[in-house]
Amino acid sequence: MFQIRIHGRGGQGVVTAAELLSVAAFIEDQHAQAFPSFGSERMGAPVVSFCRIDSKEIRLREPVLEPDALIVQDATLFKAVDVFHGLKDGGYLLVNTNKSFGELHLDSVVAKLPAGHIVTVPATELALKHIGRPVPNAALLGAFAALTGTVRLDSVAKAIHEAFPGKIGDANVAAATEAHNAVAAARVRTAA
Amino acid sequence: MLKQIEGSYAMAEAIALCRPEVVCAYPITPQTHIVEGIGELVREGKLARCEFINVESEFAALSVAIGASAAGARAYTATSSQGLLFMAEAVYNAAGLGLPIVMTLGNRAIGAPINIWNDHSDAMSMRDAGWMQLFAETNQEAVDLHIQAFRLAEELSMPVMVCVDGFILTHAVERIEIPSQEDVDAFLPPYDPVQVLDPREPVSIGAMVGPDAFTEVRFLQHYKQQQALSLLPKFAAEYEARFGRAAGGLLRTYKADDAELLVVAMGSVNGTIKDTIDEMRAESIKIGLVTLVSYRPFPTAALRAALANAKDVVVIEKSFAVGIGGQLANNVDQALRNMTVAPRVHSVVAGLGGRPITRAALHRVFRQAVIQPWEATHFLDLNERIVAAEIHRTRKKRRSGPTAENILKRLASESSFVPAE
Amino acid sequence: MNEITQKLKFYQKGTHTVGNRLVSERDRSVQASIDRSNALTCGHRACQGCGEALGARYAIDAAMRATNDNIIAVNATGCLEVFTTPYPETSWQVPWMHSLFGNAAAVASGVAAAMRVKNRSEVRAIAQAGDGGTTDIGFQCLSGMFERNDDVLYICYDNEGYMNTGVQRSSATPPAARTATTPAVGAEPGNVFGTGKSLPKIAMAHGIPYVATATVADLLDLERKVAKAMSIHGARYIHIHVPCPLGWGSASHDTIRLARLAVESGFFPMFEAEWGKLTASRKIRRKVPVEEYLKLQRRFAHLFKNGRTDPRVARLQAICDRNIEEYDLMPAAVEP
Repeated sequence: MFQIRIHGRGGQGVVTAAELLSVAAFIEDQHAQAFPSFGSERMGAPVVSFCRIDSKEIRLREPVLEPDALIVQDATLFKAVDVFHGLKDGGYLLVNTNKSFGELHLDSVVAKLPAGHIVTVPATELALKHIGRPVPNAALLGAFAALTGTVRLDSVAKAIHEAFPGKIGDANVAAATEAHNAVAAARVRTAA
Repeated sequence: MLKQIEGSYAMAEAIALCRPEVVCAYPITPQTHIVEGIGELVREGKLARCEFINVESEFAALSVAIGASAAGARAYTATSSQGLLFMAEAVYNAAGLGLPIVMTLGNRAIGAPINIWNDHSDAMSMRDAGWMQLFAETNQEAVDLHIQAFRLAEELSMPVMVCVDGFILTHAVERIEIPSQEDVDAFLPPYDPVQVLDPREPVSIGAMVGPDAFTEVRFLQHYKQQQALSLLPKFAAEYEARFGRAAGGLLRTYKADDAELLVVAMGSVNGTIKDTIDEMRAESIKIGLVTLVSYRPFPTAALRAALANAKDVVVIEKSFAVGIGGQLANNVDQALRNMTVAPRVHSVVAGLGGRPITRAALHRVFRQAVIQPWEATHFLDLNERIVAAEIHRTRKKRRSGPTAENILKRLASESSFVPAE
Repeated sequence: MNEITQKLKFYQKGTHTVGNRLVSERDRSVQASIDRSNALTCGHRACQGCGEALGARYAIDAAMRATNDNIIAVNATGCLEVFTTPYPETSWQVPWMHSLFGNAAAVASGVAAAMRVKNRSEVRAIAQAGDGGTTDIGFQCLSGMFERNDDVLYICYDNEGYMNTGVQRSSATPPAARTATTPAVGAEPGNVFGTGKSLPKIAMAHGIPYVATATVADLLDLERKVAKAMSIHGARYIHIHVPCPLGWGSASHDTIRLARLAVESGFFPMFEAEWGKLTASRKIRRKVPVEEYLKLQRRFAHLFKNGRTDPRVARLQAICDRNIEEYDLMPAAVEP
């Protein structure tokens, strides 16, 4: 079972991201479970959502306490909540930022994670470029597909199109694709 | 059709497949997505011949359903928590009048202190109202139970509450099979009321009944609900034959055959318990599970048989009655009454107001039940230090202020999170 | 052959008396017809002189005639429910249902919805309740039914208190009236002078298609208003003033007289409104001071103790005068 925890702020599509990820896994005939952290609805408040992916039925109903991967949609959250709580050794970290991990003062944390398991993506900028609104979730899912290989980009694209038909879907898929390709290229460089 | 879909919307689709004729809605978290989903299906014309009525309170929601049902329409509503309490008078009334209304209860805690998260306090508050109460373990089962609920309600002319854990199920997106209209139509015949308001054949419904007949009316309500003890397994079997999927019935067991320790629970926590049991079985601990689907009627005989060979029974429940303890544990005790050799019953109250029930905590409490059994109710993951501090504080000072606020203040001041640098 | 032993009285046309043989057949009361439906048939257990029993019988029979017997009645808890249906008997010849005290309007909405979805819109829903079930505990459901404009005629039988439970105060109890919870003791005996609560005006504020007030002193008018209400679809409200000999401490034979004095004093204004606008009011024929109305009722006896008139009677008169002005109840002066 692969468990993902997504941190963001109300209005960034944190819950939608987990749902889209679960749909992408479903498209690949996996079992998936997405659920929010169940707070009151407030713009800007820290929000968490969860996704589990497995090849068999998922029965577990506890929150994701020991994630295999973290997606952080807003880098200011590192100062507000314990984002890394329970992150597994060998886990993945994907952060939406145009800064480096060093600039975010996260060097000591990322040093514990395997090389190639950590990546930053300027997802908000990609969202503004393709969608015209600062909603980073689609781009992050594209990047997540490239980073972990848990789901494929075309499944992510299909999930986005199902949820957002038409132009909005196209724009989100474009953002996801660019983020995916950037991360994939970076991974090739790391491997080389 | 297999879908990756939110539990609430899957339930909305399942309810629509049951062709309800009057749906009454009043919003309360976490039930909202269910009625929103049905409302959308009505507006889009996908659910034809259905009146969707936005009312001004839960009391009115169930009252409209009562009127519609008595006039011969298949009626549905949904609520949670405070909403169920606000409609309480009508909850008893619908049952007393024998109206086969189906209601989804998105299980949520009851205030004060106000809390929107999941537990079973709301369902327990109406456990004696005369409704049948079925608890769904998964969203798939929530879908399946609704279809069975209409059949059961109308067969007995008695209302059914389908209890679904708020947020944990209602807001979870997962893989769910939505049945076909043909299959549902074949399983669920059109509503044929046993009593109906019709000018062609006038009857009076809801007359005053005095001491001369009230006991008999009440007894027959009990008798009728007992019929469900045989109907539920029958419908579940029929359902499985048609839909190829087991759902409903009175109770289910998991790795129970040779189990010395048996867990009893209702609702979504059963999934986490199964995973925990698998882990403990790997350590050769003989542990199993009894999942109760039907809480009302209470399957006393079936439960007694299921628990008969265990040494210890741990009841995990998301509710308790202040002043006495867990309601489910009390009912389990009753099922074991007068057994020659009865298992020991250990009561655990867990998951109140949305506190996660984790595998780690379950491991601890299951082990403790055997090694170090307890008599009174055990509160899982209770922060004893905070509780002791608050008791101490209130003893010291008469005007100690509101307890909930005091505890929150203390928790905030003790927060240990320091951002990484 | 039986002798007619009852002495028949013949009234002049225009006195609004039941079964008036002098009016044309078309204008006669539903009760004068051999085809009357007897919706609320004899044998019920209402008190002698019960205004509510009389009002309900006329209202429901009129509704039956107007709909070709296609009505379903929903009843709130209260006197009418209790005296008509002690199990296993029922006085109702219509499909009738009692659910709870406070939900008659909502249950009727459900009945109307069921009829709509079953393509039986010719079957009409009527909700009936006392003043407690309407102005107090049933107020929220009633407002919801109005606001949605559900196809329900809601009839309030206003006897100005909780009579079924032993004459307690409701929000429709008049100021100064003695009830079990507003006893005639202390410096200000009887009910308080609050702001009052006019349900007909509240109904009008919802802008519903039809609102009317009526009285058991004018049963032809009551029947006409019910018939009119049944000719309209949507939410309709009729508020009927029904004297209660038990609760008011009045003589059983004074029920009609009291109902008439309430109108003639301006204490109970009779009017109709459509879509929130006042369309008609019933003029006072012979204006009487409010004392004439009050003095027949023991619930107001403390206002006239020891041959003195309590100054609060003037305040009650002021309420009547305000009604007369607001609803334009005085006939236009006739030129000499």
